[in-house]
Parts: sequence; C-alpha cells; structure tokens
Amino acid sequence: MAQSETEVVQGIGSDYEVKYGFSNPDEAKDYFFKSGRGLNHEIVDAISSHKNEPDWMRKFRHKSLDYFLARPLPQWGGNLNDIDFENIYYYIRPTEKQADSWEDLPADIKDTWDKLGIPEAEKKYLAGVGAQYESEVVYHKLRESLEKQGVIFLDMDSALREHEDLVKQYFGTIIPQNDNKFAALNSAVWSGGSFIYVPPGVKVEMPLQAYFRINAENMGQFERTLILVDEGAYVHYVEGCTAPIYTSDSLHSAVVEIVVKKDARCRYTTIQNWSTNVYNLVTKRAVAYEGATMEWVDGNLGSKLTMKYPAIWLLGERAHGEVLSIAFAGKGQHQDAGGKAVHVAPRTSSVITSKSISKNGGRAGYRGLLEVAKGAHGAKSKVVCDALILDDESRSDTYPYIRIDESDVDIGHEATVSKIGEEQLFYLMSRGLSEAEASALIVSGFVEPITKELPLEYAVEMNRLIQLQMEGSVG
Amino acid sequence: MALLELKNLHVALEDGTEIVKGVDLGISPGEVHAVMGPNGSGKSTLAYALMGHPAYEITEGQILFDGEDLTEAGADERAQKGLFLAFQYPHAIPGVTVTSFLRSAINAIRKARNGGADDPVAVKEFRTDLLAAMDRLKVPRELAQRYLNEGFSGGEKKRVEILQMAMLKPRIAVLDETDSGLDIDALKIVAGGVKELVGPEMGALVTTHYQRILNYIKPDFVHVFVDGRIVEEGGPELAHKLEAEGYEAFLPKQEKEAVS
Repeated sequence: MAQSETEVVQGIGSDYEVKYGFSNPDEAKDYFFKSGRGLNHEIVDAISSHKNEPDWMRKFRHKSLDYFLARPLPQWGGNLNDIDFENIYYYIRPTEKQADSWEDLPADIKDTWDKLGIPEAEKKYLAGVGAQYESEVVYHKLRESLEKQGVIFLDMDSALREHEDLVKQYFGTIIPQNDNKFAALNSAVWSGGSFIYVPPGVKVEMPLQAYFRINAENMGQFERTLILVDEGAYVHYVEGCTAPIYTSDSLHSAVVEIVVKKDARCRYTTIQNWSTNVYNLVTKRAVAYEGATMEWVDGNLGSKLTMKYPAIWLLGERAHGEVLSIAFAGKGQHQDAGGKAVHVAPRTSSVITSKSISKNGGRAGYRGLLEVAKGAHGAKSKVVCDALILDDESRSDTYPYIRIDESDVDIGHEATVSKIGEEQLFYLMSRGLSEAEASALIVSGFVEPITKELPLEYAVEMNRLIQLQMEGSVG
Repeated sequence: MALLELKNLHVALEDGTEIVKGVDLGISPGEVHAVMGPNGSGKSTLAYALMGHPAYEITEGQILFDGEDLTEAGADERAQKGLFLAFQYPHAIPGVTVTSFLRSAINAIRKARNGGADDPVAVKEFRTDLLAAMDRLKVPRELAQRYLNEGFSGGEKKRVEILQMAMLKPRIAVLDETDSGLDIDALKIVAGGVKELVGPEMGALVTTHYQRILNYIKPDFVHVFVDGRIVEEGGPELAHKLEAEGYEAFLPKQEKEAVS
C-alpha cells in the first residue's frame, strides 16, 4: 500500500510528462526567429523592430527595461535569487504567420495543440481561441457571430497594429510599467497575449480562451493582455498554460490589465499548470467602475514558484469584486498566491476566497491586501482563507494585509488551517475508497466552493488536475 | 462456517491497553446478532476493529471473511469484500455531496471487484437506485445534494448511514449504537431499513446499550458483552431479561460490589 517518496514523485512526473510534458525538438532552424540568450537594449530593440512597432511602443519598451534593471529583486514572497536572467531566451517567434485554421500550422505545433485538446474544446464550448506558442500567438479565431456584434478578440500584437488608438489609450495605465520589477520586465519584452474589446451591452455567452505553451528550454514567455468590457457588457476569459519538464528553469512573466465599465461584468479564469521548472511571476489588475463586477478565478497547480495576487480596484459606486483562489503546492513547489481588493468608492463590495493545499514538502499560501480608502463609506469586504496541509513536511502561510481609512465599513476576515484527520480518512475508507482516493475526495471537497463556480468543462479539468497532483501522494 | 468469523479476537489501544479480550462470534447472511453491553464494555472498539480502524490493534486472534483472513487488511479492502460499519458518530466531509460521495464509493468498490480496472456505474442506473433507496428509507431528496453529514441532525446522519448501507449492499453490516440519539420515529425508519436489507444477501451485527432498538430489529442471537468479553449468549428472550434485570448480574465481582 505504501509508496516510497521517490515512486510518488516519479508517478506525478511521468503523468505530467505523458499529458503535458512532451516537447518538440528545440532547434533554432525550426523557428522563424530566435533571439540570443540574455537581455539588453539591443534585444529589446530587435523585438520591437521585428514587430514593426510604432515609435511610442519602442520607447515604452526601452524605458521599461531601464526600470527593470534599476529595480532590485524582491526579497519577499518566494526565492527569486536563483533565476539566471542571462540564461533566458526573451523572444522566440515560431512561425512567420498567424493561422486561423489549425491545418495551416506546422505539423509539430499542430500536434501539440491536438494533444492538449484545444481544437476539440474550441468546437464544443468556446466562442474564440488564441493559442500562444513560445512568444507568439500562432493561432487565433473568434466566432463570426461575435465579430459581427463588434467584439474584438485578437492577439496583442495584431491589436497594436489594427487598433492602435484603443491600445495606446489603455496600455500600461492599469499597471504602470514601473509597478514592480516583473511588470517592468514584461513591459520591456512583451509579446503575444490577448486583446479583447466587448462593445456596450454585448454579452459573450461562451468563454473566450487563450492557451499558453512554452516549448523551448530556458524560455521566457511574456504575454500581455488587455481586456476592455464596455458598459453593460459581459465576457468570460479563460487561460490555461503548460510546458515540458526541463532540468533548467524557464520564466513566465505576464501582465494583465482589465477595465470593467459601468454595470459591466468580467470574469477571468486561470488554470495554471506550468511544469515545475517554471517561475511564474505575474501581475494582474482590474479596475471596476460604477455597478460593475470583476471576478478573478485563479487556479495555481503548476510552476516552481508562483507569485501572483490578482487585484481589483473598485473605482465606481457599488462596484463588486471577487477573487477565488486555489493554490496547490506539491514537492518542490511554492505557491505564493492571493488577491487584492482596493475600495475607493462608496458602497463597493469584495469577497476574497482562498483555498490552499500543500503536500510532499510543498509550500502554499495566501498573501492578500484589503484596502479601504477614506470616503469609501458603506464598503463591505469578506476575506476567507482556508489551508489544508496534507503531511508534516508541508507548509502553509497566511499574510493578510488590511488597511482601512474609513470608519463606516463592514469587514470580515476568517482563516482556518486544517489537516486531513485520521477519522475522516477511516470513515471514507470504510466505504471502500483507498487512502489516496479518500484524500483526493477530501481535497476536492475542500476546493468545491471554487470549482462549483466554474463552467462544467473547467470544473472537470480542475478536479482532474487535482487528482493528478494527489495520485499516489499518500504513503 | 459463518461468513464472518471472529476467532479469539483481542484488541488493544495504541498504548497497549487491552479492550477486547477474546471474542468468538460467527455471523451469516440472514442473521441479526445483537451485542449488548453497558457503556465502556468495548462494543464500539469491537466494531471499529472489525472494520480495520488503524488506532485499534488486533493483538491476538483472527477475522475471517468467507474463509479469507482479513485480520491485517485495511478498511478499504474490508469494505470491498463486503463489510460495512454504520458509525455512531459519522464524520462530516465538507464540499462532497452525498450523491458524489456515494458514486465515488460505489465506483471504488466496483474497481476493486474488477481487478483494479475502472468500472464506473452507469449514471442512469446509479440515479435510479439512489432515488429508490431514498424513497424507501424516507430520506428527503434535498439531502442528496447536501455535503455529507455537514450540518445534519443526528437523525439525518443515521438515515444517511443506512442509505449508504442500502447503496453499497454489504454482505455483513455492523451497526454501532445506531439507536443512540434517535427519537422513536427515526428509530423506526432506521430499523425498518435494516430489517429490509437483512436476508439471503446480508447479515447484521447491532451493538447497543438498550433493548429498545431490538423491539424494531428482532435479533436472532443476543450476546451479552461485558468488559471486552461475551459473557452470555441466547435468543431474543435474553434481551428482555437484560432490560428487566440490567447488566448487574454479568458485571465482574468487584464492580458488582461497587454498584451495590
């Protein structure tokens, strides 16, 4: 019954290997363009030239690089000191042209998407798909009916070419280029990502999905996403990500900016399943205007280290924000996840629900900020963070920062830490479940308040990934 | 030979304290056995040890099921073979609905019986069985979508234990003080459920302090259990005698003196 630690880790690794960990041979000749390793102003210039960007964007990139180089490496959260920035490839363009048919992609790249099941999902339940491979979005398509309603769903580079004014108006305004070291890095070398505009009153019923794939070793992926949801509109955007397992590190550092206008609603769902050699350092922030709703559903299962705290600035009266966060850390993983809600306007409300699970020596935690500015009277907020620790080697941390400058507020904070009890396990095992199955069932119940919010397909996917993390984990 | 055989079973706590001190018992389908004893006599320890609770160590003797030695088997394996324990205090499993829990349990048992390969129950068949069992046991339908035992009343918990028994179709069910904390109406429903399941396919072992539940589940055999041992055995009339005279006659000498 008992499995040794080695078997457990091999079990998880080999399963990831089969399902997501495959790679295509990383030969420079297969790629349309690949920069050298390391980062400097020449590389930034090469990226901008390669993309034929307007001068303001080139300048923006160079200035961002200066900010990146000037800023010290953060010494809080996770350990970033081992990242070898000089060993990373900052830009790889796999194909010359973007395809709007899977058939037009090179065979090995098409094969990757087929294995990940993206074309099939597109047929069944998605309104649009963007598929990024290394630095560029190699496939992009939106259903015609939505195009006719004026919905724009493009990769960020195409959006800059085709809707420059709109991009220029918002780009870098929600997350300034010097917001933090990794936002500065992304601003300097960004490539790919999604641009979405939903016109007033248009409700996109099916999700739009972007899928991010790192294939090359020592790759740096820096997608940039901007979502504009106009008055009374609705959109649900979903992102997923995986990578092959390498012994050396890769870096993923995205910036996501979202504007939710009056009475609009945006939901942004992430199912992060990077291989355990990827540093995942992402800045996500949304602003919500009067009566608007912004929801972040943030599932972090993969990566070596994730530092990510999706934020919502509640700028208009009655704006509502929600962060639902799941962080699962296995062996060698550190998930420093969480969320931020900043109440600026009266009668705004927010709910942050965090569920973290750690096992086999993993470390998962909640780091959050709740801020209520003076004048945001009648603001309501509730923060609930629950941690489940599966064994004695694993660790959970909770860092709830709260700053309140207004007296007329209603704030609640609850935190629990629990372990799977012997009695609970015995109860389930007395019904025929193995110890591993029983633990997995308890974990899936633990995260159920979040998975029940997901569309069925994603709830199934999330549960499947949790099962994968759990398999054989009990010795 | 009975389907479930306990042979000279001794059970100790982790600290070595012996609680069950040599029990011989045989149970077959169609039979109802009552183990009656005062508080602290070791009835629940016997029930837990039968199901393979890791905190109770079998220090001597054997548990045979269908001739197979299950003394060292884990709780999951025992359940897969056809043993079931209705808990006195069932645990809450937050976030897991009664329905999805039952489906997981049934599929785990089917998988084990299918040589370790998945053999999931058809959704429609499962649903039909579940609704029929719920109706029979008068379990309100809304309970199916509630999280297992979370916020359940005592009566709801016991009914859902019996519902699990009906769905998992064990060959021997152990009911550990199922009557405790139940009002008469709930007791009648629970007892009715047990009675209905006992037959050619299932036998039951009921542990209890009081004779009350035995008015509704007629035992074929009564075992008086005192201080970790069966001290007297007989038919249903023994239960009535106990009710009238109490356990006093069966207590060890020094305790008898202490009581009187």
